[in-house]
Amino acid sequence: MFWTKIKRTIRAGFVSFWRNGYVSLASVLVMTVTLTVLTSIMLTGALLDSTLTSVKNKVDINVYFVKGANEEDIAVIGKALRGLPQVQQVEYISSEDALTQFRERHKDDELTLQALDELGTNPLGASFNIKAQDPSQYEGIVKFLEDAKGGNSGSIIDRINYTKNKQAIDALNRIIAASSRLGSAIIIFFVVVAILITFNTVRLAIYIFREEISVMRLVGASEMYIRGPFLTVGIMYGVVSGVLTLLILYPIMYWVGPITESFGTGLNLFAYFSHNFGYLFLVVVGTGVLLGTISSYLAVRKYLKI
Amino acid sequence: MLHLHKVSKKYKDQSIALDDVTILIRPKEFVSVVGHSGAGKTTLLKMILAEERPTDGAVFYEKVDIHSLKRKEINDYRRRIGTVFQDFRLLPDKTAYENVAFAMEAAGRSDEEIASDVPHVLELVDLGKKMHSFPHQLSGGEKQRVAIARAIVNQPDIIIADEPTGNLDPVNTYDIIQILKKINDLGTTIVLTTHNTGIVEHLGKRVITMQNGKVAHDSGALDTVLKK
Repeated sequence: MFWTKIKRTIRAGFVSFWRNGYVSLASVLVMTVTLTVLTSIMLTGALLDSTLTSVKNKVDINVYFVKGANEEDIAVIGKALRGLPQVQQVEYISSEDALTQFRERHKDDELTLQALDELGTNPLGASFNIKAQDPSQYEGIVKFLEDAKGGNSGSIIDRINYTKNKQAIDALNRIIAASSRLGSAIIIFFVVVAILITFNTVRLAIYIFREEISVMRLVGASEMYIRGPFLTVGIMYGVVSGVLTLLILYPIMYWVGPITESFGTGLNLFAYFSHNFGYLFLVVVGTGVLLGTISSYLAVRKYLKI
Repeated sequence: MLHLHKVSKKYKDQSIALDDVTILIRPKEFVSVVGHSGAGKTTLLKMILAEERPTDGAVFYEKVDIHSLKRKEINDYRRRIGTVFQDFRLLPDKTAYENVAFAMEAAGRSDEEIASDVPHVLELVDLGKKMHSFPHQLSGGEKQRVAIARAIVNQPDIIIADEPTGNLDPVNTYDIIQILKKINDLGTTIVLTTHNTGIVEHLGKRVITMQNGKVAHDSGALDTVLKK
C-alpha cells in the first residue's frame, strides 16, 4: 500500500503540473528568475574572489642590498624572513640574475646596453622579492626589515620599495574589506527577496486549490495524501526552474567568459561554469527543490485546517 | 446511528446558528431537513461532518462523540459518510472518472478495486459515456451525478446531501432525487437539506423543519411518532 500511495502521489503531482499549465508556467518563471539571480550572485562572487586573488598575487615588496654585500649575510636575512609566519614566498635574485634580467628587459635599447658594457662591472645589487600571505601583512614584514637594517647584519640593506607600494596596498586592503562586506549584504538582500517572491507565488498557486483541498478533506483524504501531490508539484517547479536557469546562463556565460578573462580577473567565467557544472547543477536544482518544497508545504498547511 | 444531543453553535459575533438541537437519525432512514436560508441547515451538516465544533452539546455516531476524535480518526469517519453539495465541489482538474477514483484512493483502495468499481458506479448514475469528461464539460445535473457517484463509491453508511438540487432545473432535480431514493432503498441512510418543499412532499419521508437555529417540527422525532 505504501508504494501504491507514493506512486499515486507522484502521478497526481505530474498530472496536476501538466493540467494547470498556466499556474505551473507562472511559478516556474518566477522561480527561474529567482534562481538566475542567486546563481549570478554566486558566479559574481567567484569572479570577485578570483580578481582579488590575482591582484593580491601581483602585490609584493622588494628589498635591495648594497652592491657587493656578502652572500652569507644575505642568506641569514633570507632565512629569518622565511621564518616569519606572514611570509609566503621569498625569491632571491643575485646581482648576476639582476643583470641578466636587466639586459633582457632592455634588449632593444642599444644605448643603455652600450653604457652598461662601458661600465665594465655589474652595477646591480642582489635583491629579495617578498610575497606575504595577505596584503595587510606587509607592514609587519617591512617593520622586521627596518629593524634588521638598524642591526649589525642589516647594514647591507640598501632600500625597501615598500613606501612606493604602500598606497596601492592600502587601497587594495580597503577594497577587499569593503567589497566582502558589501557583497554579503547584497547577497543576503537578494536571497531574502528571491525567497519571499517564490514563496508568495507558490502560495498563490496553491490558493487556487484551497477549495479542492477542502473537498479532499471532506472525502476523507489524509493530510499526507492531500499534501503529497502539492509537494511533488513543488519539487517539479524546482527541478524545471533549475534546469531552465542553467540553460539560460549557459549561452550568457559563453558570451561573457572571454570578456571576464580579458578584463584581468584571472578567471574565464565560462570555463569556471563548465568546470563546476556538476556542482552548480546540484546547488541550483537543489535550491529550487528546497524552495518549492518548503513553499508548498507551508502553503498547503494553511488550507488543511478543516 | 447518528445522534445530535442538545447541540448549540454560537459564532464569535454572538450570532446563533444552532440552538439546543436534538435529533436522532436511525439506520436506513431518509431524512429531509427544510427551512429558510440561515435557519441552520448547513451548520447542522457541518456538525455531522466534523467540519465545525459545537459550542455546547455533542454529536454521536454509533455512540462515539465525533468531536473527540483525533485527526486520523476523523478521516476514517468521513470515509463512512458520502457528501453531496449544492455547488457539486468536484475537483476541476480531474475527469469524472478521476473524481470518483480519488475518493477510493483516499480510502486506501487497491488499483484493481478502483478499476472495477468506478465505471460501475458511473453507469449507475447514467454517466458511463461521459466518464472521461472534465467537470467544465458537464451540465449541472451531470456534475451532481458525478458527485453522487463519488459519495456512494465507498459504500458509506450515510449520505449527506446539502441542497443537492439547489442549482438544478426541475427535470434534473427529479432525477437526482430518484437516484437518492434508489440509494436509500438499497440501505444507505440519507440526510438531505432543501428549501424545495415540493421535493419533500413528493418523497413522503421524515421531515425536520428548522427555524432560527431550532428544530420547529420533526415528523420522525420519538415523541411525534409516539403521539401518532
